[in-house]
Amino acid sequence: MATETGIGASVKRKEDARFITGAGRYTDDVGQHGQTYAVFARSPYARARLNGLDTSAALATDGVVAVFTGADLEAGGVGDLPCGWMVKSKDGSDMVQPPHPPLAVSTVNYVGEPYAVVIGETLEAAKNGAEALDPDFEERDAVVDLATAAEADQIHESVPNNQCYDWELGDQAATDAAFAQAHHVTSIDIVNNRLIPNAIEPRAALGEYDEASGNYTLHTTSQNPHLERLVLAAFVNIAPEARLRVISPDVGGGFGSKIFVYAEETAVIWAAGQLRRPVKWRAERSESFLADAHGRDHVTHAELALAEDGRFLGLRVRNKANMGAYLSTFASSVPTYLYGTLMAGQYKTPAIYVEVQSLFTNTAPVDAYRGAGRPEATYIVERLVETAARETGIDPAELRRRNFIQPGDFPYETPVALTYDTGDYEASLGRALEHADYGGFQARREASERAGKRRGIGFSCYIEACGLAPSQVAISLGAGVGLFEVGEVRVDVTGSVTVVTGSHSHGQSHETTFAQIISDKLGVPFENVTVLHGDTGRSDYALGTYGSRSLAVGGSAIIKATDKIIAKGKKIAAHMLEANEDQVEFEDGSFNVADSNQSLTFGEVAFSAYVPANYPLEELEPGLSEKAFYDPPNFTYPAGAHICEVEVDPETGVVTIEQFVAVDDFGHVINPMIVEGQVHGGLAQGIGQALLEHGVYDDTGQLLSGSYMDYTMPRADDLPSFTVDTTVTPCTHNPLGVKGCGEAGAIGSTAAVMNAVTDALGVKDVPMPATSETVWRALRNGGNG
Amino acid sequence: MYQFNYHKPSTLTEATSMMVEADEGAYLSGGMTLIPTLKQRLAAPSDVIDLSGLPGMSGINIDGDIVSIGAMTRHAEVAASDAIPALAELAGSIGDAHVRNRGTLGGSLANSDPAADYPAAVVALDATVQTSIGPIAGGDFFTGLFETALREGEIITSVDFRIPDAAAYEKFPNPASRYAVVGVMVARCGDAVCVGVTGAGSHAFRATSLEEALAADFSPGAVDGVAVDGSEFNADIHASAEYRAHLVGVLTKRAVARIG
Repeated sequence: MATETGIGASVKRKEDARFITGAGRYTDDVGQHGQTYAVFARSPYARARLNGLDTSAALATDGVVAVFTGADLEAGGVGDLPCGWMVKSKDGSDMVQPPHPPLAVSTVNYVGEPYAVVIGETLEAAKNGAEALDPDFEERDAVVDLATAAEADQIHESVPNNQCYDWELGDQAATDAAFAQAHHVTSIDIVNNRLIPNAIEPRAALGEYDEASGNYTLHTTSQNPHLERLVLAAFVNIAPEARLRVISPDVGGGFGSKIFVYAEETAVIWAAGQLRRPVKWRAERSESFLADAHGRDHVTHAELALAEDGRFLGLRVRNKANMGAYLSTFASSVPTYLYGTLMAGQYKTPAIYVEVQSLFTNTAPVDAYRGAGRPEATYIVERLVETAARETGIDPAELRRRNFIQPGDFPYETPVALTYDTGDYEASLGRALEHADYGGFQARREASERAGKRRGIGFSCYIEACGLAPSQVAISLGAGVGLFEVGEVRVDVTGSVTVVTGSHSHGQSHETTFAQIISDKLGVPFENVTVLHGDTGRSDYALGTYGSRSLAVGGSAIIKATDKIIAKGKKIAAHMLEANEDQVEFEDGSFNVADSNQSLTFGEVAFSAYVPANYPLEELEPGLSEKAFYDPPNFTYPAGAHICEVEVDPETGVVTIEQFVAVDDFGHVINPMIVEGQVHGGLAQGIGQALLEHGVYDDTGQLLSGSYMDYTMPRADDLPSFTVDTTVTPCTHNPLGVKGCGEAGAIGSTAAVMNAVTDALGVKDVPMPATSETVWRALRNGGNG
Repeated sequence: MYQFNYHKPSTLTEATSMMVEADEGAYLSGGMTLIPTLKQRLAAPSDVIDLSGLPGMSGINIDGDIVSIGAMTRHAEVAASDAIPALAELAGSIGDAHVRNRGTLGGSLANSDPAADYPAAVVALDATVQTSIGPIAGGDFFTGLFETALREGEIITSVDFRIPDAAAYEKFPNPASRYAVVGVMVARCGDAVCVGVTGAGSHAFRATSLEEALAADFSPGAVDGVAVDGSEFNADIHASAEYRAHLVGVLTKRAVARIG
């Protein structure tokens, strides 16, 4: 039903009114009678023994209610924070997982690691108490450098060589053979810089224990409250799932960093049970920098083998991935199954071999961050392809075209374990070239040079595997959970609709997008649809939001439930209209009997389901409420072409983005405005990685970029006005034909920017972020100018 | 934030005597540095003395070739003034709109942040810092990293800037904080050329080698080949001392080019 609020309409977001008027309700807005405040004591050292901790002065501080140490939690039976994905090394052995107590007991391994929590009647009292703690630290040499971490001091007793695993994917022999046949080999050494997520809302938690029922309630900033509950129940031993409710209310951004189960909410919910009082914690921004899981941080050598005509013959990648000090919830999967599997990109490279060694260092844990492995993979593939184009003298667009998987090749099985269902890569590249006026680039470059500037252009033709994930595939590869989703469609007595989704919205606009789907499918007015999410007390077990999965997986579950509603509605309508069920059609919100003028509105059928006067009760249950679980048969494969054009001021090294074109194929689009917004945000993050953002530790493991004084978030004036367009090849295996759009901007853009910067400078590589001094030095040292 | 005693004096004398009597007092002007420092528990003054109640501390007055700006004048007011366009431009580059509507000239100078913008103008525009005790020459005011010539309890009341024949401020902002990695104000007064530099060193200073070269030949090309000694310059994750020294030259050239 094409309406102003249906599928395909740029409906203004339902969420915006409350967000922009300050009426949103975030975890920190929730307050309970008798609430106390938690402050965490954090390690000032990157690596130290904790030989003792005197809490007496803290406990004697005015207003301090309690102090809990790592030893207290251990004695209380609080379990370690687990990693939910088992990755195996080449030799078949399991990854090595060091102990990860929520609060450090005898050693600390990164600056900011919590070792005690102080609970106060007020926040100030808790802060005073935390300052009065007297820890006895014995500082040790920190292991900070990823490249040499395997040869450095052993951080964890149980982890030799600081190695988590040494993993491989692909056919090594076939790849080596391809390289032996190569006419040309392009190789590149890449550092993928560490990023710090910086959601606008810091993490927060409010733990409550209800003495009457013995049940716990945790409000927290989670992208997946059911997963949070599962871990806290089954691994951390807070309480059985049925006695623990996790509520994730309005959440101000996650970007992956709020997928994970952290020390703080674990300590807060446990402390609430101990104290029989609510305990509230909210991170200060400086804590977020130190103790949110960081992103990226790879050191990679990669090679591409080409035939004389530019065809790709083989790709070899040897990567080191930084895990930080401990394994965060899904850390192990990011540089493996979300990375190595993407190395085919959009190309028919026949042989690929990827090795990944994951290592521990004395830095904050690293885990999924917008794109999670796929930006890192895209960066390798697209930097290699662009470099190969320069080395062989083949136009970079043409080199890509010669190697694209063609529309007739789908389904296409890659050498790295994925089967792409559909795509048209030439279509998106062609559209992007038009938008970018590629033909006019040379003239623009000459104009820049006349003005004393340098100009460069860069491409990135990315692919991602989204819509995580076919459960059996994921589980066979080591996932500890299924990755389906649940959706429930509750039709109310008078025909309005309440949708309960297992997906969680922390910026993605589910309340609008899912309402559009329902409005479209059931013919119910958009404003009469409410979408509920983020509460284990409301929805069945669900998996939450990450990996651009909400629409492709969560939306599909809603469609399945909606189909059940329509099927039941047809039965009801057939009875009411005295027709055969197979004669009843549902269209534009009406149940019609074929070849007649008999018709019932959706509202009339819904009313009859709840006031069953004229209703086949002997055959059909009353009520009109249906639920469905959806397990995707395959990943979805959003893909696209990004083109970036930069100008460099050689005097200062300042890079300015002159234009940025993104043409993405997300399959069908429900709300173009929301999708465009998602693309803009992703582009800002991807460009931020290329030019601005950098998580920097010094060689003692102190975080130098620990505030907005030193960590550069992209701002509006750092970015151009984007040109954003879409092409459409519908996903072949989900009911909406959708692929997901949340991460594409961050996945595709970084390589395009750096390809443009290196083109402008005439150098093979500059490290990210390409800050002004980095660029200035590259020009002085290596640039041909 | 730790507890402190809050005072709001209504005369200069009252303010300075409160400071003398306090165990560890701190003056509060716009609060753009002090308040975040208090919130992070990085400062623990016993007494905070709010200067916003002092009369006659705000506003811009022009008398001949002197522009006198009250110490409590907000950056936004200076940015909107046409008394010295280069100074207005400098003020307009400080922080963001919120900071410019709260932050004050006197507060910025008393703090002597090495990356603050105003100090470049104070040294370049032959300024005189007027205080509760007496005048301090702009060239003598900044003495070190977060250090000034102000004596205990001394309060800046206004700053007198000499209107130059022409001036320009070129700033290379830190991409994260938007403070000056380097900021250069070039001013011409008759035959004299002043080059005030902030961001590069521990405190604002005049780049005399550049001034001499420009006094002889006021053109961008005159800057080429003039060595800027960066050996004592600041270095951090945003810019090395060498890069800062390079930027001093580049920004000076650009300022000269704009003056024409």
